[in-house]
Amino acid sequence: MATVSMSVNGKAVTGSIDPRTLLVQFLREDLRLTGTHVGCDTSQCGACVVHVDGKAVKACTVLAVSLEGASVQTIEGLAVNGTLHPMQEAFREHHGLQCGFCTPGMIMAAVDIVNRRGHDLDEKTIREDLDGNICRCTGYHNIVKAVAAGAEAMGGQSMDRKEPPRQAAE
Amino acid sequence: MSATGIGASVRRKEDHRFITGQGRYTDDINRPGQAHAYFLRSPHAHATINAIDITAAAAMPGVLGIFTGDDLTADKVGGLICGWMIHNKDGSPMRAGPHPALAQGKVRYVGDHVCVIVAETLAQARDASEAIVVDYGVLPAVVDTASAAGAKTVVHAEAPDNTVFNWHLGNKDETEAAFRAAKHVTKLDIVNNRLVPNPMEPRAAVGDYDDGDGIFTLYTTSQNPHVARLVLSAFIGIAPENKLRVVAPDVGGGFGSKIFIYAEETVCVWAAKKVGRPVKWNSDRTEAFLSDAHGRDHVTHAELATDADGRITGLRVKTTANLGAYLSTFSSSVPTYLYAPLLSGSYNIPAIYAEVDAVYTNTAPVDAYRGAGRPEATFVVERLIEVAARELGRDPAKFRMQNYIKSFPHQTPVIMMYDAGNYGASLKKALEIIDYKGIGKRKRDSARHGKMRGIGFSSYIEACGIAPSAAVGSLGAGVGLWESAEVRVNPVGTVEVLTGSHSHGQGHETTFAQLVSDKLGIPIENVSIIHGDTDKVQMGMGTYGSRSGAVGMSAIFKAVDKVIAKGKKVAAYVLEADEADIDFADGHFSVKGTDRKLDFGSCALQAYIAHKFNGQDLEPGLKEGAFYDPTNFTFPAGVHICEVEIDPQTGVTRIERWAAVDDFGNVINPMIVEGQVHGGIAQGVGQALLEGAKYNSDGQLVTASFMDYCMPRADDLPSFQVGMTVTECPSNPLGIKGCGEAGAIAAPPAVINAITDALGHEDIAMPATPQAVWRAVQKSITRMAAE
Repeated sequence: MATVSMSVNGKAVTGSIDPRTLLVQFLREDLRLTGTHVGCDTSQCGACVVHVDGKAVKACTVLAVSLEGASVQTIEGLAVNGTLHPMQEAFREHHGLQCGFCTPGMIMAAVDIVNRRGHDLDEKTIREDLDGNICRCTGYHNIVKAVAAGAEAMGGQSMDRKEPPRQAAE
Repeated sequence: MSATGIGASVRRKEDHRFITGQGRYTDDINRPGQAHAYFLRSPHAHATINAIDITAAAAMPGVLGIFTGDDLTADKVGGLICGWMIHNKDGSPMRAGPHPALAQGKVRYVGDHVCVIVAETLAQARDASEAIVVDYGVLPAVVDTASAAGAKTVVHAEAPDNTVFNWHLGNKDETEAAFRAAKHVTKLDIVNNRLVPNPMEPRAAVGDYDDGDGIFTLYTTSQNPHVARLVLSAFIGIAPENKLRVVAPDVGGGFGSKIFIYAEETVCVWAAKKVGRPVKWNSDRTEAFLSDAHGRDHVTHAELATDADGRITGLRVKTTANLGAYLSTFSSSVPTYLYAPLLSGSYNIPAIYAEVDAVYTNTAPVDAYRGAGRPEATFVVERLIEVAARELGRDPAKFRMQNYIKSFPHQTPVIMMYDAGNYGASLKKALEIIDYKGIGKRKRDSARHGKMRGIGFSSYIEACGIAPSAAVGSLGAGVGLWESAEVRVNPVGTVEVLTGSHSHGQGHETTFAQLVSDKLGIPIENVSIIHGDTDKVQMGMGTYGSRSGAVGMSAIFKAVDKVIAKGKKVAAYVLEADEADIDFADGHFSVKGTDRKLDFGSCALQAYIAHKFNGQDLEPGLKEGAFYDPTNFTFPAGVHICEVEIDPQTGVTRIERWAAVDDFGNVINPMIVEGQVHGGIAQGVGQALLEGAKYNSDGQLVTASFMDYCMPRADDLPSFQVGMTVTECPSNPLGIKGCGEAGAIAAPPAVINAITDALGHEDIAMPATPQAVWRAVQKSITRMAAE
């Protein structure tokens, strides 16, 4: 067994785990944060996307022991004090989900797209940048609309909060 | 229309838990003391099992039990079943081999279940599986659909030529006569490619056994938990229904693949008692590719006869359908009664004859996948129509318009009585949306840029709202296909609706609540929808075949009517009026011609406190149930037009425009219905351009991961332009037809008709990958050079 300590959704956690435990297993099985899903075994589907130190990571592809001291954010940590994140709100408003299984990964990936590319996203950019996330229900039509609307809403919010995007749009 | 009533795009009530990571899927459920199951699967497509040595594995750390087919037999656990009997042309029953949950003496496809290892952890179960020694006698495999019948290799001794059935429908003599009299005959050979449904949530099961009460509980990824309980009880023999609870919690998509009762959930629930611990199994994606029921896989020759005026006079079809190594739960119905009765399409075709041979092969079982038989029929009809129009030099839109059924009801030569439709209206609207008049200019523009542009039509029809019980019973179904509902009104007027439908993405918690809130005149927040638990909902047939609106909601409609009728009796006592004088509207019971009224919540309270009436005259309480059995199938129809641009250098096909105009009858929530259309189109485009399950000649599935099987991604698809026309469905009280499968049915021929329009020839199969299209482009170039 190995010991690992990290911050998950702002809380310090320590686990005593089998060294082969993946981050997604640590989140789901040890911390019972089951919002992060597993949809494949080849890092293709993106249902397990979380943020590690502010960047989108497929949690099925990272060993938990490699994240000593890291800061992890999951879908459960996105809403603040019961107020939904603008991207969560946009997915609901634009019917960007059906069965909901890919949704946590989609939302975490979408927030990362905004962090990387800014708030004014065209359809082509969104479709290309969602390449690592598979949805079988929606045909992506409403996900694309939701990401664009969520990005715009995040822009409004970050101006209020004086939080520029981490990296300028390309 | 109120903001939350019928016809409003109400935002979904269920979304909050999904967008905050609080959905509760089967793999999120963990029972105290839970152990983990891992299935050792056959690496061979076809082999005898001479011996299984578990000695070393059983002694490995954490192992609680290793079980084989013999252990199931010893406990009198029966095999898996096929619930639809098909008869051969000569009237004899289909020839089906047994389908054990764990192999007995033989494995018949790669992924077939050899034995199960139950251990403290999944890793320990996997580790132990590697220590099991299986002595296989490898046999040759039969894989190919077209050549399976009569092959030397026999999959099941019960079907010595690998033919499960040879079945037919229609009138052979009249059809032959139509072809003899035809002015023109269009002929096509068609392969409908094998697909893997791939809902994003893999299948999973948690079996639990309460020794104190002798009750089994199965949490499972099911579209129809009551059907699962029925089969596991009455046929497989796990436990009587009153001792078996099946729960299908949030389910992450199904598309048909989670209708069926599989080996894994059967074994998990049985093994829970065997090891005295809850047992969990969660499929990984490769297991899903190997063992989820696949879809489609038809090989067809089809011919269409037309007269001198361009009228269609006959259609004949010969199809071979691959059912895989075992008959899955509803497999036999898919290439028969869900296929051939749709071969009339939207057209007035006086004579139709279809022959279907179903074959066993050493591949995964094939069963219903979104559309189930209807996409295969639509692909045959719409490819034939398009090619016939081209051969006759006719505009494909005008050719369709000429041959549409225009008066209703319309009896086709293949069982179905279409009740309502206006196919011309949908076509006209779709032509406007796509700007059909501008296609010539757009083709020239593409050509100037070195690209090839094409436009393709698909005028589909489907039979859904499955289905009138007596009708399907007469065709071989082992079950009735009604739906049930119970409406429980609480003493303060909030309402719980228990439905036998199951939502796995369709948004029932919203649309069903819209219906009830609209009818009862109460806020939508006051209505909760409960589904997916056999301990809560008494009985139900589940969700598939676009049936939850037309059948499931009709049951709710009936139950709400009964609640209102009972409420009127209560109100009559409270308002001291004659029951016949009580009206109900806008959430109030009122006395005709007076201002005396009682709101719904107060009426509910009066029903429960029962102070105003005598219990001998009127039962207290307000709770009503209903079973609804439809009078007919419903017939959604529509026109999808696809416009593609091909890059002849790379073979890449881009979808430039998509117009979808569907007639679903009345619509409860347009936002949700449009979402169903989008998703269906994406799956249909996937079939046409990207997806294909491929076995090599040894029977190895070479497309068993998302690395090898190409799922549609966001940048493979355009945004869709969706329109609607409405003819009310006369066959149910809500006038609704169903929308779940439309896109998947409509899309494949629209795409292929567009590609062949661009190519100038018909020689392209699905999936039209860049490589296939590039090769087809070379043929176009050769042809143009020759001309």
